Order: sequence, then C-alpha cells, then structure tokens
Amino acid sequence: MSTTTTASPNEAKLWGGGKSPFNLEYGKVMMWYFLMSDAFTFGAFLISYGTVRFSTNGWPDSNEVFRSFPFAPEGVHAPLVFVSIMTFILIVSSVTMVLAVHAGHNMDKKGVVRNMILTIIGGIAFLSCQAWEWNHLFHEGAWWGSNPFLNADGTASTTNFTNFFFTITGFHGFHVFSGVVINIIMLIMTLMDKFEQRGHYLMIEKAGLYWHFVDLVWVFVFTIFYLL
Amino acid sequence: MSHSHNADANHEANNAAVMAEIKKVTILLSVLTIVELILGFWMIGISSAALRLAIKGVIIILMMSKAFYIVAYFMHLKHEVKNMIMTIIVPLSLFVWFIAAFLWDGSSFKNLRNTYNPYFKEQATIKVEKKEAEHEAVKHEAVKHKSGAGEVKKKPADEKYY
Repeated sequence: MSTTTTASPNEAKLWGGGKSPFNLEYGKVMMWYFLMSDAFTFGAFLISYGTVRFSTNGWPDSNEVFRSFPFAPEGVHAPLVFVSIMTFILIVSSVTMVLAVHAGHNMDKKGVVRNMILTIIGGIAFLSCQAWEWNHLFHEGAWWGSNPFLNADGTASTTNFTNFFFTITGFHGFHVFSGVVINIIMLIMTLMDKFEQRGHYLMIEKAGLYWHFVDLVWVFVFTIFYLL
Repeated sequence: MSHSHNADANHEANNAAVMAEIKKVTILLSVLTIVELILGFWMIGISSAALRLAIKGVIIILMMSKAFYIVAYFMHLKHEVKNMIMTIIVPLSLFVWFIAAFLWDGSSFKNLRNTYNPYFKEQATIKVEKKEAEHEAVKHEAVKHKSGAGEVKKKPADEKYY
C-alpha cells in the first residue's frame, strides 16, 4: 500500500505525457514487437520439430547427414565443420552490425558505411554456404518429401527429418536474405546522406535489431538441428 | 569551456565502455560456440544414453546463455527501461508452457503408438542396410509401376473369389 502511494507521483510523471515512458523511439518499439511475433513463428516451427521427434522411435544422426564440406572429396567425414564456419560467419556479421550501430551513435558516417559493407558481406557469405549445403543435400536425394538417410540405429526413417530441415532452415535463410536486402537499403541511404540530414542513425539501429534477431534464431536452429 | 571539455571526456569514456562491452560479448559468444562444438564432437563417440542426455542438457544451457548475451547486449535490451524489458520478456515466457506441453504430448503419442500400433513398434526394430535399402526402394517402385499397369486386367480374376 505504502509503495503504491509513493510510486504513483513518479508514475504519473512518467505516463502523464510529454515524455517517452519507454525512452525508445516508436519505430524501435514496433521492431521489438515484430521480432517478438517472429520469435513465436520460429518457436512454433522448432517446437513442432521437437514434438514430431519426440513422437518417433528413431531419428537420423545429424553427424552422418551433415558431414561434407565444399571441395572435399566424395565420402569425406567431417561432421560439424562446415556448420561451425557458418555459425562464426553469422556471429562476426552480428559484431560488425553492432559496430555500425555504435558508429551511427557517434554520427560517424565512414564507420557506418564500412561496417554495413562488412555485415552485408557476412550475410551473403552465410547465404552462399547455405545454398551449397542445400544443393549438396539435394544431390544426395534429400528434399521435401524425400529422405535418403536412415535412422541412427539403422532402421528406416520417415520424411519428417528432411521436411523440417528444409522448411526451418529455408525460413531462416529467407530471413537472412531479407536482412541482407534491408542492410543494402540502409547502406544506400547512408551513402546518400539521408541519416546525416535527419540528424540521427536510428534506422541503422532498427535494421541492427532485425539482423541480431536473425543471428539469434540461427543460435537455436544450429543447436537443435546440428548438435542435439 | 571546461564544461564542454568534461562532456567530451564523458563521451570518450562512454565510447571506450561500449567498445569494451562489444569486445567482451564477442569473446563470450565465440567461447560458448567453441565449447558447444567441442561437446558436439565429444558426443559423436559416446553411446551411453544418460551421458548423451546430460551433454545435450549442457548444450541447451549454453544455447540459452548465447541467446541471453545477444538479446541483452547486441540488441541492447538490458540497457532499456524496465517496463520495456517486461513487455518483451513476459509474453515470451509463454514458451515455457509451449515447449513443455508439446514435447510431453509428442512423447505421449510415441508411447501410445508403441502400445497400440504393432506396425509402428515393429518398424523401429527392422534394420535396413543402406545400399540395399536404396536398391529395394528402386525395385519396389519398379514393381509398383508394373503391377499398376497390370492391375486393370487382374481385377476380374480377383473378383471370382467373391
């Protein structure tokens, strides 16, 4: 009781108008809420994967399925190597995005441009890796509705594994692709001095939130599909 | 004069703090990923189900801490107003129910099928040789196609038995 009476004057000041209660720009708040809804979409995908996996007796061994590497000879056994490179590419591009946002805070146009270019290169590198992996798996006979891999215990597997793999990594890859497109637009706007004219680089921060979310989703996809 | 100099110094100090934080989080994320990968490699040679489950648990904890560092520092959520943090975190806590309920449901469905569906249970015991399996699948397809073509002719013969 006493806490509410002491807190109410502050509360009234905070929500009484004239200032932003969340101390955040409108667009950033809305980006957060969009990302929250997107988190539920990805969550629904990954949880349905988990449900199906929990309701099935056998499941393919990811170390047998994802064991190849570009330019490596046929039949090479290198589990986790390629995907760990993909993971580090995305982490590094996330770091360059943070640096771009930080440069934007300081109104440092050169820093923003340099780090945005590095982030875009990282995104394109990740997409290229994924394209190679999809192509490789497709040539092994894996696709939606077709699963050439056996369960880890040597019993026959269903197509659930490949259906979920291509759907979820495809949905994530589509997010990476849109992130790269958004980052390219932000780079062009920076080069056209749009943000210098506005006096702030808030758009870079919003693009940054989206890009970090893409990295965040990969943390889950990578762990669930390749490690567990 | 001295005031603006002070503000500049503050700005410099703030800049250095932000850069130090970015560096710290980058190193943490890399180390966590490397530990995850080491555990992943280690798990390849382990057949004990209990130990595998324990490693998977550790990997999930590492995954959650990576997610925390990305959201808190890279997405800057930790430095936002508390009310803002709550409008994101509270709805996301729905995931606790979401994950528990659906995984439980999946595992229950497996148990029910293993109890009441002998075919489902049997499928999990029949091992297939990889090469042969592919071969068999191809042969099966071929037979299907042949019999599919001959089915129309066969049907009247089958009807004799009715």
